[in-house]
Amino acid sequence: MSRTRTERLVNLVICLLSTRRFLTAAQIAATVPGYEHDPEDPRDHEAFQRKFERDKAELRELGVPLETGLASAFDTEPGYRIAHREYALPDIPLEPDEAAAVGIAARLWQHAGLAAAASSGLAKLRAAGVEVDPQATLGMEPVMTVDPAFGPLTAAARARRAVTFSYRVPEVDEPSTRRLQPWGVVCWQGRWYVVGHDRDRDATRCFRLSRIVGAVRPVGAEGAFTPPENVDLISHVARWSGPVERNGRATVVVEPGRAAGLRRLAIETVPGPDGDRLTIPYSDVEWLASRLVGYGAEVRADGPPELRDAVIQQLKEVVARHERVLPAVAR
Amino acid sequence: MTPHPRTRENKASADRLGRLLNLVPYLLARPGILVAEAAAAFGITERQLREDLELLWVCGLPGYGPGDLIDMALDGDRVTITYDAGIDRPLRLNPDEALALVVALRMLAETPGTGSRDAVERALAKIEHAAGDVADTPVAVRLPADSQRVDAIRGAVERRHALRLTYYTAARDETTERVVDPMRMLMVGPRAYLEAWCRRAEGTRLFRVDRIDAFTELDEPAAPPAQAVPHDVSDGVFHPSPDLPLVTLRVGRGSRWITEYYPCEDVRRDGDEWVVTMRVTDLGWAQRLLLGLGPDVTVVGPVELVDRIRAQATTALDQYATAPPVTA
Repeated sequence: MSRTRTERLVNLVICLLSTRRFLTAAQIAATVPGYEHDPEDPRDHEAFQRKFERDKAELRELGVPLETGLASAFDTEPGYRIAHREYALPDIPLEPDEAAAVGIAARLWQHAGLAAAASSGLAKLRAAGVEVDPQATLGMEPVMTVDPAFGPLTAAARARRAVTFSYRVPEVDEPSTRRLQPWGVVCWQGRWYVVGHDRDRDATRCFRLSRIVGAVRPVGAEGAFTPPENVDLISHVARWSGPVERNGRATVVVEPGRAAGLRRLAIETVPGPDGDRLTIPYSDVEWLASRLVGYGAEVRADGPPELRDAVIQQLKEVVARHERVLPAVAR
Repeated sequence: MTPHPRTRENKASADRLGRLLNLVPYLLARPGILVAEAAAAFGITERQLREDLELLWVCGLPGYGPGDLIDMALDGDRVTITYDAGIDRPLRLNPDEALALVVALRMLAETPGTGSRDAVERALAKIEHAAGDVADTPVAVRLPADSQRVDAIRGAVERRHALRLTYYTAARDETTERVVDPMRMLMVGPRAYLEAWCRRAEGTRLFRVDRIDAFTELDEPAAPPAQAVPHDVSDGVFHPSPDLPLVTLRVGRGSRWITEYYPCEDVRRDGDEWVVTMRVTDLGWAQRLLLGLGPDVTVVGPVELVDRIRAQATTALDQYATAPPVTA
């Protein structure tokens, strides 16, 4: 677009901000430079109308709150104005350390779309007088990555609009189609989930965003549902709380200098004739047995008996599986 | 597909219009600012900024006389807005901008080890207030809360001292001592990392904080050399390189989760199972992982690894041939 169009749009914004009365298209055309035309000439008039429609669309795209209404009861054509209090970013009195935090937050997004939104948001804060130090750091920076479904799902949750998407869990090959009223999106332990009402299961469900295949499509009208009041989104995703109690005590003998990963888990290490004797706290026998089996002949589980048995059982299965003659896998 | 030229042109014009509407209040808040400083803040050249000013100069209130137009004092390389024609504030945040800022601040507030959590929370409250309804973003964030170790290491990093680490390397199953020059700390997914120049490896390394078993802060300053470049972790931490060994597995339903947990080259259905190919940094690591994965996983290749796994398991079983020892 040309400089003249930008100039015309700036003048249009200033004109509509300055008026308290709604101005009709004809009044705007007679006022704002760049809209001059002959209203009696149908082709000229139509060209003006197209131009004015494009300009309105561009302002709305930018987020300019264009109000429409009738200036008086005698008017038949709608008029336009911009209310300053709807247009203007309210004052944000940020202390220097708060401004630094906002500056850092705006840099965190690795996703192109959100990075652009964050930096244009930051540009508005700076225009409002906030001073942001581009060098500031907080000592620890989260790297924020989101799945492609994040944008459409947050938009749908905000609009309270149902969505449909293909969802693939690793245990099943074929993705299935799910229909969801999304209440919100959760980041739990670094992974993203959407929580909402599953319309097919008629129950609350959460879905991992990384398992959504293809596009998330909005369905039906906006405002079609109301999430439960004060819904705690995290509680639907968080599957455990508190630390694991490791009350079991295993005795494991390890070759000297080997199995460093197990030594880290030990609360006691006693050197002995056949190796170092470790005491390892645990909560789940099968879990610890798997770890021990991973170390093969470097370690020996001496007790308790159920650990010893679990290790022997797992080792037997490993041998059996790998003794089968396996067909070469053709690629 | 290349964007339609007109679309691109419209995008550029929309960007410029947005910039102009920001520029007036920006300058208004900073009387006498250097043109160069303002240009840098908007990421444009001084020449572009002067063109923006020339355009604004002919815009203003209806009437468009001398008292109606945006006015400014250009004093050499400094500029002061003397009349703003009503655009004294920037536009409100749109929903995407509010979402991006609010979610990033929530993430920062949840990140263990950020020095000024209090400042982050105050900033978040103010941004949410200013954004109004559009900040009513249905996004919640919860990260692991264990921050003691992170805090301790961050203190040393901020004092810019070299560190001696006792570090466990899972790939080689060894715990080693090394001196590193810290560069930064970061959080990728649920895990905290220290990025540092490793003097032993002579390279930039990411150290998982939960595998730093001990550390000592040294008197000497951290001095990462010029070639110490931070990793690009926007796509995760592990980037298997094509020269790493390929391992092929048969995986049953119960262990299919590993294809979501570890980066895989290929996953194919084969009857009731899946044939999974992945690259591993080390066959020893693969052996420890795969031996312990349980009855749902069978290693198919390389043959060397299959032999190792069978031999290891057989030797390990021999240890149990005798009766269990009587524990004293």
